[in-house]
Amino acid sequence: MTQSPGHDLSAEGGHGAVPTTGVPATSGRAVRDWPLWEVFVRARRGLSHGHVGSLHAPDAEMALRNARDVYTRRQEGVSIWVVPAAAISASSPDEKDAFFDPAGDKVYRHPTFYDVPDGVEHL
Amino acid sequence: MTWSDSDKSTAVGAYALRLGDDALVLAHRMAEWIASAPELEEDVALANIGLDLLGQARMLLTYAGEVDGTGRSEDDLAYFRDEREFVNCQLVELPNGDFALTMARMLVFAAYQYELYDRLCSSSDETLAAVAAKAVKEVAYHRDHATRWVLRLGDGTAKSQQRMQAGLDTIWPYVAELFEADELVHGLVGGGIAVDPAELRDPTTDYLTTVIEQATLTVPDTSVWHTGGRRGIHTEALGYLLAEMQHLARTHPGAPW
Repeated sequence: MTQSPGHDLSAEGGHGAVPTTGVPATSGRAVRDWPLWEVFVRARRGLSHGHVGSLHAPDAEMALRNARDVYTRRQEGVSIWVVPAAAISASSPDEKDAFFDPAGDKVYRHPTFYDVPDGVEHL
Repeated sequence: MTWSDSDKSTAVGAYALRLGDDALVLAHRMAEWIASAPELEEDVALANIGLDLLGQARMLLTYAGEVDGTGRSEDDLAYFRDEREFVNCQLVELPNGDFALTMARMLVFAAYQYELYDRLCSSSDETLAAVAAKAVKEVAYHRDHATRWVLRLGDGTAKSQQRMQAGLDTIWPYVAELFEADELVHGLVGGGIAVDPAELRDPTTDYLTTVIEQATLTVPDTSVWHTGGRRGIHTEALGYLLAEMQHLARTHPGAPW
């Protein structure tokens, strides 16, 4: 990440309590040069990959290896996916009402209106 | 050479101690990177590698103290021997330098260890064979990790290439020692216990040459080769390393967690 002229400079580690304009960066080096990757791990065969966290890596190969070191060092998985965080489209918190609230009063979508006959297993 | 049983046990112990000291000293060098690596992710990777090596060292030192009949524990061997009693190769004791030097050293040593353990799996000594079978998978990963970094730094920017080459140049005079053998090793090779280091030279060198050339770097041209570690002759760096590694155990003997 290079600072372009005119780009707002922010103090390293600022959390909003420090001015974000007119403050020189504390060093010429970008805080983070490596892109962010989201890590998905399959705990064992038959399960789907679940999101476990994220990490920084220079490219996909190194991201897989970093993921191996950071997230599977206690035998948490048998398979890893890494996905560039920038490639993920996420729903916006602002859309929460429109996205999720309409499902709130549709209890009939839950399969709870059936009497399960005796002797039916695996339900 | 024909050995009595006790001579043979002493020799196996001395051999296990060499392999164990290599792993122990390099484990300490890896640990020195913790909280100092270029990125947090690399911090974890180097710590993992150090812990792999420490695990190998513990098994080998424990076995060395048992088989040689002295009854020394892994801690006795790790913390209460002096510099001249350590029989690691000099390569592993060299200071970490920058990240490129550390990766150069990891590439060379993991490539060597991979070939070594791969063959030691079929040692007639069951303990050494079992340790090797576990360790060969670990060092395959160390070799892979170092390879990927050497490729990226060598074939990276002008500065990263220059530092990667400088790292290789610094460690290269210490490479030949890995493939030396003395009477002890020759005797154990004859008994099907040890691996002949001369046999490791070609496959290790082939691997290193391929990686170094692919990384657009040059295999260093060295005329001076350092040696002596197996006889307890070390560089200045080992004494400082041991001082840090041993001071706690020596200040508070027998202190448990």
